[in-house]
Amino acid sequence: MTDATTGAPGKQEEKERQKRLKYYSASQWTLIWWRFRRHRAAMVAGTILGLMALLGVFAEFVAPYGPTTRDTKYIDGAPQIPMFCDQNGCSATPFIHGVSTKRDPVTLRAISVPDPDKRVYVAFLASGEETRVLGFIPTTIHLFGLSDANAKLHLWGTDDLGRDVFSRTMYATRTSLSIGVLGVLISFVLALLIGGVAGYAGGMTDNVIQRVTEVVRVVPIIPLYMGLAAAMPKEWSTTQVYFAMTLILGLFGWPTLARRIRSQLLSIRSEDFVIAARLAGARPGRIIGQHMLPSFTSFIIVDLVISFPYMILSETALSFVGLGLRPPTVSWGVLLQQAQSVRVIEQTPWLFIPAVFVVVAVLAFTVIGDGLRDAADPYSEAQ
Amino acid sequence: MLRFTLERLAGMVVTMALVSVMVFIIMEIPPGDYADRYAFRKFSGTGVSVTEADVAAIRSDLGLDKPMVLRYFDWIGGIVLRGDFGQAFAFETSVVKVIGDKAWLTLGILLTTLLLTYAISVPVGIYAAVKRGSAVDYGLTIFSYLGLALPNFLLALILLYFANKWFGADIGGLFSTRYQDAPWSLGKFWDLVKHLWLPAVVLAWSAVAYQIQTMRATMSDELNRLSVTAARARGVPEGKLLLKYPARLAINPIVSTIGFDVNRIFSELPIVAAVLGLTELGELLLKAYLDLDMYVAGAILLLLTFIIVFMNFVSDLLLAWLDPRIKLGA
Repeated sequence: MTDATTGAPGKQEEKERQKRLKYYSASQWTLIWWRFRRHRAAMVAGTILGLMALLGVFAEFVAPYGPTTRDTKYIDGAPQIPMFCDQNGCSATPFIHGVSTKRDPVTLRAISVPDPDKRVYVAFLASGEETRVLGFIPTTIHLFGLSDANAKLHLWGTDDLGRDVFSRTMYATRTSLSIGVLGVLISFVLALLIGGVAGYAGGMTDNVIQRVTEVVRVVPIIPLYMGLAAAMPKEWSTTQVYFAMTLILGLFGWPTLARRIRSQLLSIRSEDFVIAARLAGARPGRIIGQHMLPSFTSFIIVDLVISFPYMILSETALSFVGLGLRPPTVSWGVLLQQAQSVRVIEQTPWLFIPAVFVVVAVLAFTVIGDGLRDAADPYSEAQ
Repeated sequence: MLRFTLERLAGMVVTMALVSVMVFIIMEIPPGDYADRYAFRKFSGTGVSVTEADVAAIRSDLGLDKPMVLRYFDWIGGIVLRGDFGQAFAFETSVVKVIGDKAWLTLGILLTTLLLTYAISVPVGIYAAVKRGSAVDYGLTIFSYLGLALPNFLLALILLYFANKWFGADIGGLFSTRYQDAPWSLGKFWDLVKHLWLPAVVLAWSAVAYQIQTMRATMSDELNRLSVTAARARGVPEGKLLLKYPARLAINPIVSTIGFDVNRIFSELPIVAAVLGLTELGELLLKAYLDLDMYVAGAILLLLTFIIVFMNFVSDLLLAWLDPRIKLGA
C-alpha cells in the first residue's frame, strides 16, 4: 500500500494535514486569491494590464518625446524598427537608418526617405526633452532614444503633423485608463447610494427608484452620453472637459451595479444578524456598511471590473466622433480620430496602433472579470 | 392575456413619459438657447449687428421665454397631439421633414440586424452546446470575447476596407449614387438591400457574440434534464429531440433580451453610421448634436427610445406566449 519513494508515511500525512489546516483557516480573500491564481488566462491578463498601467503612469519616462512635439522632418513617417544588420554589415547595438529629405519626383512635395548609408544608434536611458515624471520629478532621461540628439526615433511612425505615435500612445494610455478608473469610481458611489437606499428601504421608495433606473437603462447609452458631451461649452479648458467626461460616464454607469446591490440587500434584509443589528440600535448607514455589504463585496468587485471595458469603449467612441475629449488632450479615442477613413488604412496604417491598445485593454478587463467571478464563487470548486 | 397586455401597455406609457422628461432636460442643457444660435446663424457674416433686444424678440417669437415646465408641455403636447416635433434650426424646416423617411431606413437597418443576429446566434449556440469542449466551441468563446473588445467603428473600417478591395468603390452608405436622391422604386429598394448587409454585420457583431453565449449556456443546462434523457430512451431522433425539448426552452432568455439587443444596436448606430456614411437617424443624431440642433436630437433620441420600449413590450408578449407561467406570475 505505501510506496517506497515517500519514505516516512507519517511525514507525508503531516504535510497533508498542514495543507488542509491552512486551507480551512484561510480567510475568504486568501481563498479567492488562491482560486484566481489558478486561472491562467486571468493572470496573464492581469500582468498585461499591470504593464499597461505602468506605461501610462510613467509615460513621461517611457515616451521619448512629448505628446505634441513635432518632427517636421518626418511627417506621416512609417515606423522605424531598430535593426542589427543591414547591407553594410552587422552591429551589436541596434540602429536605425537616418532620414534625409527629398522631393517627390511627381508632386514635388518634400518627402522623407531613409538613407541606408547613415546609421543612427539606439541608446537606452538616453537624454532628451526635459519632462517631469509623475508630474514632479524633473528629468531629461528617457527609457530609450537615439545616440545622436539631432535625429529622432519614431518606433511606431508619425502622424500628419509629425508627432510621434509611440509617445502619444503612452500618454493616451494614461488618460484612457484613468478616465475609466474615475468613471467606475463615480458610478460605484452612485450605485452604492441608489441601490443601498432602494434595497434597504424597500416598499414605495424602492418602487420609485426602480422606475427611474428603468428609464436610465432603456435610453441607448452612447446617444445619451453624446447628448451630455455635446452640451460641454466649447471654451472649456481640457482639464474641465476631462473631468466633465468622467462625470458623464460615471453618471449613467450605475444602473447595473445598483440593481445588484439592491437585490442582494433585499435578500438579506430579514436575516437574523441584520435584525440583531437593528435591535441593538445601529443606524441604517452602519448596518448597510458594516453588516450587509461585506457579505457580497466580492460580487461588487467583479461587477466593477466588468464595467471598466464599457467606460473605456464609451470614452473611445465619444472622442472618436469628436464629442469627447478634445486635442491637445490625448486619449485612445482622440488618437483614433485621425484614423477615420479607409484611406488611412491604405496610407498610414500605423495610426491604428492605439486601437490595438483598446482591444487588448478591453479583452484583459473582460478576462480578469471572468477569472474573478469564478474565484469569488464559493461553489466553484468541490474541495 | 388581455389584462397582461394592458398592464404592460400602461407600464410602457409611464416609462415613455419619464423618458420624455429626461430627453427634454438633455435638450435644455447646452448653454445659450436657441434664440442666440438662431440669431447667430441668421446674421453672422451679414454685417448686421444684433442687439440684445433682437435676440429677446426672437426668443418671445419662438416661445422660448416661457418657464421650462410650460415649454416641456408645449413640446410634448405638440408631439402627442399633432405629431409635431418642433423646428429643426440648422435645416430651417420642421423636425418631421428632416427625419422623414430616415426613420424607415433606421427601422429597416434594425430589423435586418435583428434577423441576422438571431439567424446566426440561435443555431450556432445550439451547435456549441451540443459540441461542448470541441475546437469549434473554443473558437466561438474567443469570438465572443472579441465581440465586446473590438470597437464597432474599427470593425466597420476593416470591413469597409475589404469590401472596397473586393467589390469595388461603391459599397459604403445605403444607396449607390445613382439612387441617392431618386424616388422610391423597385430598383432603389434592391439597391438598398445590396448595401444593407455591411451595416447589419457590423451592428450584429457584438449582439451575436453575446447571444451565442447565452444560447449555449441555457442550452447546456437544458440538455442535462431528465426529459431529454427520457426522450432519448424513447428513441426520438436526435434532431427532433433537440428542437422539441431543450431548444424550445433555451430560446426564452433570447426572447426576453430582444429589447437589450435593440438598445445595444441603437447605442452603436451613430458611430457606425458616421463611419459607413449611412444617411439615417443615427448619423443625423450625431450631426444634430455637433450643431447643437437640440429639437432634432431630442426627437431622434425619443424615437429611438420609443422603439426600444416598444420592442421590450413585444418581447414581453412573445415571452408570455412562449412560457405561460410568466403571465400567471405577473
